[in-house]
Amino acid sequence: MSLNSNIPSGPLAQKWDQHKFDLKLVNPANKRKFEVIVVGSGLAGASSAATLAELGYRVKCFCYQDSPRRAHSIAAQGGINAAKNYQNDGDSVYRLFYDTIKGGDFRSREANVYRLAQVSVNIIDQCVAQGVPFAREYGGLLDNRSFGGAQVSRTFYARGQTGQQLLLGAYSALSRQIGLGTVQMYPRTEMLDLVIVDGHAKGIITRDLTNGKIERHAADAVILATGGYGNVFFLSTNAVGCNVTASYRAHKRGAFFANPCYTQIHPTCIPVSGDHQSKLTLMSESLRNDGRVWVPKKKEDCRKRAADIAEADRDYYLERKYPSFGNLAPRDISSRAAKEVCDEGRGVGPSGLGVYLDFGDAIKRLGENKIRERYGNLFDMYECITGENAYRQPMRIFPAVHYTMGGLWVDYHLMSNLPGLFVLGEANFSDHGANRLGASALMQGLADGYFVIPYTIANYFATSKQKCPSTDHPSFKQAEENVTGIASRLLGIKGKRTVRSFHRELGKLVWEKCGMARSKESLEAALKRIPELREEFWQNVNVPGSGQSLNQSLEYAGRVADFMEFAELLCTDALNRDESCGGHFRVEHQTEDGEALRHDDKFAHVSAWEFKGVGNKPELHKEELVYENVHMSTRSYK
Amino acid sequence: MANKLNLTLKVWRQDNAADGGRFETYPARGIDEDMSFLEMLDVVNEELIEDGKEPIAFDSDCREGICGTCSLVINGIPHGGRKGTTACQLHMRNFKDGQTISIEPWRARAFPVIRDLIVDRSAFDRIIQVGGFVSVRTGGTPDANSMPISKEVSDKAMDAAQCIGCGACVAACKNGSAMLFVAAKVSHLNLLPQGKPEKTRRAERMVWKMDEEGFGGCSVTGSCEAVCPKEISLDFIAKLNRDFALSVFK
Ligand SMILES: Cc1cc2nc3c(=O)[nH]c(=O)nc-3n(C[C@H](O)[C@H](O)[C@H](O)COP(=O)(O)OP(=O)(O)OC[C@H]3O[C@@H](n4cnc5c(N)ncnc54)[C@H](O)[C@@H]3O)c2cc1C
Ligand code: FES
Repeated sequence: MSLNSNIPSGPLAQKWDQHKFDLKLVNPANKRKFEVIVVGSGLAGASSAATLAELGYRVKCFCYQDSPRRAHSIAAQGGINAAKNYQNDGDSVYRLFYDTIKGGDFRSREANVYRLAQVSVNIIDQCVAQGVPFAREYGGLLDNRSFGGAQVSRTFYARGQTGQQLLLGAYSALSRQIGLGTVQMYPRTEMLDLVIVDGHAKGIITRDLTNGKIERHAADAVILATGGYGNVFFLSTNAVGCNVTASYRAHKRGAFFANPCYTQIHPTCIPVSGDHQSKLTLMSESLRNDGRVWVPKKKEDCRKRAADIAEADRDYYLERKYPSFGNLAPRDISSRAAKEVCDEGRGVGPSGLGVYLDFGDAIKRLGENKIRERYGNLFDMYECITGENAYRQPMRIFPAVHYTMGGLWVDYHLMSNLPGLFVLGEANFSDHGANRLGASALMQGLADGYFVIPYTIANYFATSKQKCPSTDHPSFKQAEENVTGIASRLLGIKGKRTVRSFHRELGKLVWEKCGMARSKESLEAALKRIPELREEFWQNVNVPGSGQSLNQSLEYAGRVADFMEFAELLCTDALNRDESCGGHFRVEHQTEDGEALRHDDKFAHVSAWEFKGVGNKPELHKEELVYENVHMSTRSYK
Repeated sequence: MANKLNLTLKVWRQDNAADGGRFETYPARGIDEDMSFLEMLDVVNEELIEDGKEPIAFDSDCREGICGTCSLVINGIPHGGRKGTTACQLHMRNFKDGQTISIEPWRARAFPVIRDLIVDRSAFDRIIQVGGFVSVRTGGTPDANSMPISKEVSDKAMDAAQCIGCGACVAACKNGSAMLFVAAKVSHLNLLPQGKPEKTRRAERMVWKMDEEGFGGCSVTGSCEAVCPKEISLDFIAKLNRDFALSVFK
């Protein structure tokens, strides 16, 4: 099967506009005849559901939380990028495009990224019109900050709660449509299978989480906007409910999974405090605008209080190694640098797995009030969790899994290889290559939902003649039986170990063998151990309760069962990609000073994997990446 | 090493909406003071499952105080009483060794219990659906900087917009009123120029819906403000009352 990315021809800057003109439209009166399922109510899901309903389509939207407003996008802190050039500091659509391609270590598609940069400006206009209270200057205009991997200030923010405010904006648009009766909302409802009819995605099977009812939903197209899979590592900055289930079960129905090994480790998270830990908390990268990262030069100093370590004995290693980007070096580079100093035994805090993020200089320069105004809620959060006051002593931070660049493969239309299945937001693989720049996920989610899918889905409806099937179709029956079968199997095992204990063990394994540094040996070890652990899971997990009522253990067991299979895919991809790029660091491939070493001759492609049965090696399909506009250089942030 | 605590939990258990419900007592032993309250419950649940019992059902997602999912009344106080803190951000170092802790769901007529500590808060969504938005469509909006908004106004709107919709205000109120929630939502939009055209209609419709959903009246005792994890100010209720009065006189 060949992968066609359907990138329109023509010059980069004109592709999208020309393509929008060329795409087929659905006439307004006919839109009512099409039904769309949107799974997910985060930025990507809510924005697409609202926009499609505004256009006249009939929409059903699903989320597992009790309200669409609680999707994980709510937790994004730092900001959203847009090429507005309001600061007149040399920004442009082309520069945002270039920074994103470079930040992604030349592993993303030019055409998609250019379109993203283009529509970024519309996003800010849209959000302001909805009433999103972005930070402003005294003159009343919008304020900006800078983020990692960029030398311009193009990040818009709403205190430390940008994701919350953007999601509330999208949720308000969605709520308006729910009120108008154009969107039917299904909260506390989990999608557990995708239904394929004649090769097209035409429906889903869901479980009502409050009473266990299994339902069939048919539609003309299915959109997955179900977020990332970071929780395969057990500990991550994701909400505890984030999962790979929707994407993975679509994968098992034939959707290709692209670049699963591209995972992002965020450099500024609160260090792990013990085995009880259920999640890790991010301290926004925006803190690196004013905080300076350091560790002691001498190992002996690590046990001292920070204040007792003289200036001359501190190693500001990011400033030392990357003088031009300093503390704002991209995430993958900053995370690895932190790991390196901790591996050398210079880490701080009780576990030795931590580095300092110090605001002492910034407080001297700007005053405590200014710092409080910029980051007050983050400092409060830090104190809440650690019991320490970061105005008085430096924060301790350590990298943690944060974002997943990989996801279901999509073409330029954001359609997967299964016609009728569209994938938006973090759930797709499309725009960030091997590493995502800060403040670009929010941008991508909203770009996909507000400004891309409304055009491309119309083209699918106008050109494909597949009708919405009845839910009596045998494919629905078969998918429903699959779902009920999984639940009864899980409930019937009645083993000795809890779901959480399996998840924790799997996560630890994937973190150790396929985390910040990966090698052939570590990946082979993981690939040996994962199937054993999965086997044990299916023999010995204990899922109490019944399927006919609210049962959180059962929900969790289903998600962990999918992680058990997905982890193998992730490590397979990591082993196959015998190079380093962005967040994927293979120790065998590094430069003399320890930077990621790409092999463009062999790996300038997207790896899209086809499911071939549990435990069987998936089949690899390659989409070559063609760079017509940028030169694939070696990233340098020095 | 972090200190360890031994605690006794009195937890509300209720099989479903129809069940009467009861308190059950469980020990929580060897609790690390660095755990969050919810991590402490995770540990207790692991033990319950290992003992062949059903774990305590409770809601959570982000576990960093922003999604508004967690909803526990701890020792009689929604979210447990630490200023500006949700239950998921409350750490065990705020408790004493040997302490007995009671844990209950939000209790309000408009928030029926689904199971154990989980309640149905969909009434909040329905209030938003009648007016908690600016009626704009996607696309065709003016340049974001074409309408300057003073920093004070925008900051004030942000103060209101921070509401996480957890419902602690309702749970704390003896009348089960949702006034603080509605006031925050209405004020966020009504303060901004974008929200002005629909200002009175918004206030009127959202207040009407709030009453219809079975939330009680507001007697401005301030118990809501005291428990609000985002410290939303009572002043917004006064603002809502003014906006609502306009709708009556229009
Ligand atoms: C702590 C944190 C801070 C961040 N800060 C920033 C930032 O400052 N800037 C930035 O650009 N990015 C940031 N990010 C990344 C960004 O927030 C996410 O990538 C983005 O919000 C994802 O949006 P989404 O719409 O794709 O998915 P999500 O918001 O994760 O939504 C997923 C939706 O899918 C639903 N769902 C999932 N599975 C199922 C299922 N099986 N059935 C039914 N529904 C399902 C969920 O209920 C939810 O509604 C941050 C991420 C984290 C973790
Ligand atoms: S779990 Fe999100 S606020 Fe507590």
